[in-house]
Amino acid sequence: MSTTLLRNLKVEADDYTLLADDAALPAAGKVIVSHARWHAERDALLASNLVVGIKIPNTVDIATVLPEIAERPLIALDFPAFPDGRAYSQARLLAERFAYKGELRATGKAVVRDQIGFMVRCGFTSFELRDGQDPAACLAAVHEFSVPYQQAADHVQPVFLRRRA
Amino acid sequence: MYQYDEYDQKLVDERVAQFRDQTRRYLAGELPDDEYRMLRLRNGLYVQRFAPMLRVAIPYGLLASKQVRMLGHIARTYDKGYGHLTTRQNIQFNWPTLESVPDILADLATVQMHAIQTSGNCIRNFTSDHLAGVAADELVDPRPYCEIARQWATLHPEFNWLPRKFKIAISSSTTDRAATRVHDIGVHIVRNEAGELGYTMYVGGGLGRTPIIGVKLRDFLPEADLLSYCEAVLRVYNRLGRRDNIYKARIKILVKETGPAKFAELVEAEWAQIKDSYLKLTQADLDRVKRHFSQPTYDATAANDTTYAAQIAANPAFAAWTRRNLKAHRVPGYSAVFASLKAKGVAPGDIDAAQLDAVADLADRYSFGEVRVTHTQNLVFADVQQKDLYPLWQALAGIGLATPNIGLLTDVICCPGLDFCSLSNASSIAVAEEIFERFESLDDQHDIGEMKLNMSGCMNGCGHHSVGHIGILGVDKKGEEWYQITLGGSSSNDASLGDRTGPSVSRADIADAVQNLIETYLAERHNEDESFLACYRRVGMAPFKTRLYASVEAEA
Repeated sequence: MSTTLLRNLKVEADDYTLLADDAALPAAGKVIVSHARWHAERDALLASNLVVGIKIPNTVDIATVLPEIAERPLIALDFPAFPDGRAYSQARLLAERFAYKGELRATGKAVVRDQIGFMVRCGFTSFELRDGQDPAACLAAVHEFSVPYQQAADHVQPVFLRRRA
Repeated sequence: MYQYDEYDQKLVDERVAQFRDQTRRYLAGELPDDEYRMLRLRNGLYVQRFAPMLRVAIPYGLLASKQVRMLGHIARTYDKGYGHLTTRQNIQFNWPTLESVPDILADLATVQMHAIQTSGNCIRNFTSDHLAGVAADELVDPRPYCEIARQWATLHPEFNWLPRKFKIAISSSTTDRAATRVHDIGVHIVRNEAGELGYTMYVGGGLGRTPIIGVKLRDFLPEADLLSYCEAVLRVYNRLGRRDNIYKARIKILVKETGPAKFAELVEAEWAQIKDSYLKLTQADLDRVKRHFSQPTYDATAANDTTYAAQIAANPAFAAWTRRNLKAHRVPGYSAVFASLKAKGVAPGDIDAAQLDAVADLADRYSFGEVRVTHTQNLVFADVQQKDLYPLWQALAGIGLATPNIGLLTDVICCPGLDFCSLSNASSIAVAEEIFERFESLDDQHDIGEMKLNMSGCMNGCGHHSVGHIGILGVDKKGEEWYQITLGGSSSNDASLGDRTGPSVSRADIADAVQNLIETYLAERHNEDESFLACYRRVGMAPFKTRLYASVEAEA
């Protein structure tokens, strides 16, 4: 079963394949590997013809691992449970502090219409929707709130700046 | 007080629409139970022992009269006719139907109110001094800072899914009336030696099953840096706070396990990265919000009134009330007036629709149309002229809100207990009632003097038992109600946690136990000026313990 991917605020085919740690490397294409595998097999992965994205557990300190992930075209951050919001902080650091310009992908159990607005605000650019989510409803939910109080990674003008104008 | 502009209004309206849709999907079976639970909690909606409970936010305890009338309307229309004021200056309704909550929230939005983040693992309502703006011992009015912080915290995209709830209190006076040291972040507004405004920052305080007094994280934080520093604390907490065990998930556990010095290092390192970002407050932003809290137009001749002295001389009941229920105001001829919600036969903190309507009218007539909720579950009319005290007292007496017991033994802080809450082990309200009857005589209470009796029905500590001068905690022993007693707690500047007296006492003996403690105090104190708390701190546990257990049944 394929997951629905939202990217650039529309439904897109997922051109990446998530590779299990023990799966053989394909000859070509786009893959996502775990942080552990990237760590262990970096030279081989860089020498291959693959486009390699990397999936980071939400317990990792972004500042510490930044040098080894900053050049990746895709970083996937995980929400292992609906209420576990650690990846929000990881995303803001990548998008705002470290100006990461690749695809910042949200995966896991919180990637639903009721949280996607916050994810966009924190800098995620693509979303592997959890099973059973209606993509149109998720896209609509991105704009559920039009007047954010905080400046964040989505660069929507926050209320305090509108008031200064 | 703060008035919404188009942006604030739009945000609460959009929130109502979002929650209406979430509730619709839940009722249609499209939203899983556990996810709806977390979403509804972030809109103040619990499902309790008998019915849902809706907690409505009252930012820093401040209400306009039209908002009070709306609360009366909600009590009458959607509830059984009353509400319950909480220790965090909010109000709870215990009997709405789940289906009606979107309509309630829509009604609230028409008077610039909401229930956003009144529960759930996110940043909760900001609490502050109920005498803000009028207290003589105040440095600056803390409410503009509360409002600025409230907006920063509202739907914060990064901090809506924290390990656990997060409570912030801001105080700006010599006497801490906001219990800041038992909050996740406690902010004291201060001036440094150069005369600049700023904050002393405390972190990691909290009640609940592991009560801890907050530690000082920073002596002086410049005024412009409030939000960036809070954001740094929250980011460290969101990243490192425990999520494996709900009882160890509060920031107080992280601070304790990390060590306060190391924790401060982490926060300072994070703060260094963001302190010069957009989070820095500008003077223009501060001024814009401060204008909303400008002083009302006081009558310069208020102190010339002579009727007040005459009425005190003529009416002992009025005189007794003025001694207990008034607090000094910084403007001559004005007082802050407490309406006591601790009357005989009423659950502490409960207020009915007719009382709410009457309070709104009285606020309009006598106190510039505003009223405050205190963390001790009473109400304050903050700006009352001397000549109006007598008619206000008469009106309050007419609606049962003039019990002259503010700060006395019967002014108990109390959670809803078994009557409403599914967590409780204790019939807190019934115990409060029994204690009320035992000590109802005002002369006795006056003789006992300043006393904080705090009672919680379970170790979650909603009744702040850990910081009561006398604390009572309901515990369950094989299906029976027992009560654990602590002495010597305080949530003020000298914040401390109470010490356990020893074994729990039975439901039948709890009022006797309190009486034994009071009698010990009366026998041990130096003189009438030594409070219960001061006396306990001087003589220690031994005499209290001996007398407490002499005649009551203690748990084996």
